[in-house]
Amino acid sequence: MRGMKKWLLMAALIGAVTLFCGCKREYANGEVVVFNWGEYIDEAVIKMFEEEYDIEVVYDEFTENEDMYPIINIGEVNYDVVCPSDYMISRMIQENLLAELNYDNIPNIKNIDPEYLKSAEDFDPGNKYAVPYCWGTVGILYNKTMVDGEITSWSSIFDEKYSQNILMIDSVRDGMGIALKYLGYSMNTAEKSQLEEAKQLLIKQRPLVQGYFVDEVRNKMIGEEAALGVIYSGEAIYTQRENANLVYVVPEEGSNVWIDGWVIPKNAKNKENAEKWINFMCREDIALMNFEEITYSTPNKAARELIEDEAIRNSTIAFPPEETLNRCEAFRYLGTAVEELYMEMWNEMKATKN
Amino acid sequence: MSKEKGRLATHKRRMQYLLSTPYVLWSIGFIVLPLIMIVYYGMTSRNGDGFTLENLKLIWAPTNRSTLVLSIQLSVISTLLCLLIAYPLALALRALRLKSNGFVILLFMLPMWMNFLLRTIAWQNILEKNGVINMFLGAVGLPKLNIINTPAAIVLGMVYDFLPFMIIPIYNVLSKISDDVIQAASDLGANYIQILFRVIIPLSKPGIVSGLTMVFVPSLTTFVISDILGGGKVLLIGKVIEQKFKMANDWNAGCGLSLVLMVFIFICMAIVQKYDKDAEGTGVW
Repeated sequence: MRGMKKWLLMAALIGAVTLFCGCKREYANGEVVVFNWGEYIDEAVIKMFEEEYDIEVVYDEFTENEDMYPIINIGEVNYDVVCPSDYMISRMIQENLLAELNYDNIPNIKNIDPEYLKSAEDFDPGNKYAVPYCWGTVGILYNKTMVDGEITSWSSIFDEKYSQNILMIDSVRDGMGIALKYLGYSMNTAEKSQLEEAKQLLIKQRPLVQGYFVDEVRNKMIGEEAALGVIYSGEAIYTQRENANLVYVVPEEGSNVWIDGWVIPKNAKNKENAEKWINFMCREDIALMNFEEITYSTPNKAARELIEDEAIRNSTIAFPPEETLNRCEAFRYLGTAVEELYMEMWNEMKATKN
Repeated sequence: MSKEKGRLATHKRRMQYLLSTPYVLWSIGFIVLPLIMIVYYGMTSRNGDGFTLENLKLIWAPTNRSTLVLSIQLSVISTLLCLLIAYPLALALRALRLKSNGFVILLFMLPMWMNFLLRTIAWQNILEKNGVINMFLGAVGLPKLNIINTPAAIVLGMVYDFLPFMIIPIYNVLSKISDDVIQAASDLGANYIQILFRVIIPLSKPGIVSGLTMVFVPSLTTFVISDILGGGKVLLIGKVIEQKFKMANDWNAGCGLSLVLMVFIFICMAIVQKYDKDAEGTGVW
């Protein structure tokens, strides 16, 4: 079955490769093949890397972890350095797809705040495989003119008072995770009874919810379509610029902290170049350029100190205090059976008619 | 017919077969092979244990079954609505006797030139709580309309997006019905209602059937419309299949469910073939 996928991919790739075989300038130190999220870098940084190291960067993009995973898993393209999210990194570690990093080649790791390296240990014990690149939290964005007082707890998105005024996140792990956290359980639980409880809670919430969204929450909250919405912190700063009534909070019960990190697949052909790339990404001026371009929080302490706009440098959304982070949990890959259980529960909730 | 003529005809036919080569190659590569792969994945187990019917049986899981039932309900409703809107319109267009068919087709194809996703997102903005319709209703002091994120909004989206697929085949068939036939019926004393139900509708059956198929099939399998207009609150079978592929990375289960859906589509095709031996447009599905 694997072989079949391989052939199909090959056929597609032959087409792609013939397109890219044009003549190019020679690079003395070979190449590095990068696989990153779309719009997740300041493109000037790529050029700078090529100039400084005399290494050609072959840069590819993906839109979802799930799209990236089969490509690495089949190994038909030898990517040298990839930027997946926490739970996917955890899965790739478990499936033995990643190579251990040689930190001798990544001295700039010193710029990364130890706090985030500690968070990353949730999915990468010992920080052996991944270097954090961007991170954020999941929280509630609310419109202070449409709610009573301050929102501090997940309980408000389960509150009948806000019926039809709640935008829930349309993502299995995030949605189930919020319910679990509210009930006081771990977001990574595999306990069926706990998941069942979370499902029941979400079923009760279903009639109160205006809809389940991911990207649309941003515009709906700006347009005051709802009083509360579950959103990623990276989006929150942008929405506040557009609508000053919006407030972002990481609920007191704790939440998810997500981290995207650079990893090197086992089948990488240019491991040393990949480590040079990671080291470059950790350099403070480069991390700052990336932060200013994509506005997702950087784990780079040195880069944060270079941010000129004080409001952003001290923003508790972009850089929540340590005690907030301590309440948060990163996702781990739970294995096929448990992940499917999560999805099944989520779909049962969605298919309930109430 | 002389022997010479016969040979010429055979030769001509052969040439015509040759003309289909590009399409045959295309359909082998992009229709037949993928279909075989879907059957292969759908009938084998994920762990490589060989042949199994488990993936097909997944449709009986309570969640999947209820999403399938809901999908069928919504697509039947939207197909019938399309028919109710399209048939009178096609009759009216026929009565207009426009000289150029191209113009009429253009009229209905025009919205389709805009990306289908964009049109659906536009509906989202129109139907939203603070959307265009509600702003208008609010301005004239009428109660607000709350159909966004409900099955009704999904049906509306399906009807809007797929209506041209109903109009065009029906209009094609209607415009080919000879006036002589209708005049003959009228000469023999039939009134308009009788002509409509005993002459025009029976003659346009092939168009109706292909219109029904062309609307029903995409409605049954859509997951984009339900995502955008249903606000993620209405789970349809197309979405479940999408999840199997993308999130669970379980191609076997996804293919199994797709195969079950295809059964419904094959049933449609069978009906189409029964009625629609010489109509246009069926080849599409």
